[in-house]
Amino acid sequence: MLTVEGLNAWYGEAQVLRDVDLAVAEGEIVTLVGRNGAGKTTLLRCVMGLHERCTGRIGLRGDTAFGTRPAHRRARLGVGYVPDDRGIYATLSVEENLLLPPVVGPDPWSLPRVYETFPVLRERRRFAGTQLSGGEQQMLALARVLRSGARLLLCDEPTEGLSPLLVEQIGEILREIKAAGVTVLLIEQNLHFATTVADRHHLLAEGRIVESLDNGAVRAREHELLAYLGI
Amino acid sequence: MSGFLQQCFNGLVSGGFYALLALGLAVIFGMLGVVNFAHGAFFMLGAFGAYVALAEFGVPFWAALVAVPALLFLFGAVLERTLIRRLVPFDPLYNFLLTFGLTLVLQDLVKREYGVQSQPYPRPAELSGSLDLGLFDYPAYQVFVLAAAVLLCLAVWLILTRTRVGMVVRAATERPELTRALGVNVGRWVTPVFAFGVALAGLAGVLAAPMRAVNPLMGADLIIAVFAVVVIGGLGSVFGSVLAGFAIGLVQSLGNLYVPALSQTLIFIIMAGVLLWRPAGLFGREEART
Repeated sequence: MLTVEGLNAWYGEAQVLRDVDLAVAEGEIVTLVGRNGAGKTTLLRCVMGLHERCTGRIGLRGDTAFGTRPAHRRARLGVGYVPDDRGIYATLSVEENLLLPPVVGPDPWSLPRVYETFPVLRERRRFAGTQLSGGEQQMLALARVLRSGARLLLCDEPTEGLSPLLVEQIGEILREIKAAGVTVLLIEQNLHFATTVADRHHLLAEGRIVESLDNGAVRAREHELLAYLGI
Repeated sequence: MSGFLQQCFNGLVSGGFYALLALGLAVIFGMLGVVNFAHGAFFMLGAFGAYVALAEFGVPFWAALVAVPALLFLFGAVLERTLIRRLVPFDPLYNFLLTFGLTLVLQDLVKREYGVQSQPYPRPAELSGSLDLGLFDYPAYQVFVLAAAVLLCLAVWLILTRTRVGMVVRAATERPELTRALGVNVGRWVTPVFAFGVALAGLAGVLAAPMRAVNPLMGADLIIAVFAVVVIGGLGSVFGSVLAGFAIGLVQSLGNLYVPALSQTLIFIIMAGVLLWRPAGLFGREEART
């Protein structure tokens, strides 16, 4: 689905990604874990076409020129982005936030389906997007890319700051869309949660992928990894 | 009492011009991040367009009201494509300087052809009389201008809040980068939005021709006040700009009546006060553009 080869990225003089290789197969959920500043968010922004200072090859489903296309073209090829700040518009209502992205995939969620899954969004559909609570905004950001029918989701810490109940609900949704064949590249600091939804995990440190782990390895080394991540 | 009300009416009419110009400035600033200093020159071109159309080609007011903004829309589109667009990626100051230079060029071109004296433009015959508004008679043309300004602002507001185009413009104004990442081709909307703002300034110019002096500097005199209006309303806030436009027109007009000594400075005193109280303007958002 997604292949990243030899990706380097800079902020000014500082190199924040060094020769990153990454492949995500269709229907897989893969996480990126690492300390703050390890380059996780930059990696997603490079894939989305939002970080200009990067070199390397990014391909999507055999489209080797994917990494040279402008951001809106990449989205239209079926990529959905949930940014780290949730990206909810204050000047758009909740419903407009849902309807803004064009449909980009063969199997988009309908508005009734979104509202059935997230009843709170139906109740508040006429509210300004930023009048929702943090957790509700997180739901809205996820619902927005589901409604567009994106086949590859780039999710930057969708569970950050959520109550355990909401984290569990996001987990259910991720398992549901995985069953429908959607691919997810997920930044996640909650290791326990990560092992319940994802197939594989990549540990980033100082801009490099230093280790790739499966669920068994993460569970076995949970204490060591948590200590390393400083959580 | 009727003197007071009449002055209120005068204020709302000139507020209508502020609102139409501020509206275009706000939409352009929001979508492009460009402070369009040439907005007053486009207003002047609108008025001169109506004057030239009548004097040289016998085109009546009502036809000019449609044709002149349409021509300015094209002019704005060409301008955005050829000049403005190239400077958008750089410091906003470049486009400020570009549009400032453009203002001087346009003013001098018109000056060369028609001189600095004001040109006469008759009111359309249908609106040459007065209307009895109960307490006082008021020129029918001014009533028409006020109604047109209110309806135009309302129409733009409906487009912005009720249509998909408006939704895209709001989203691109608030978060241009994110909006692209969500699959919206923001670049496609930039030219029409800029051209629309230019056309709106031209329309205001045509409306001004029968009641204000048509001369090359008419826009320059107005634009400084309009900038103050936009700052008071909140840079980039369409709603704030329109509301501040009408409010400032009203306050300025009443100021002329009661404190004539302050008539030229009142607007800037208000601007300073608003900035001290709310640095982002009355309806502006605090966070900076990225």
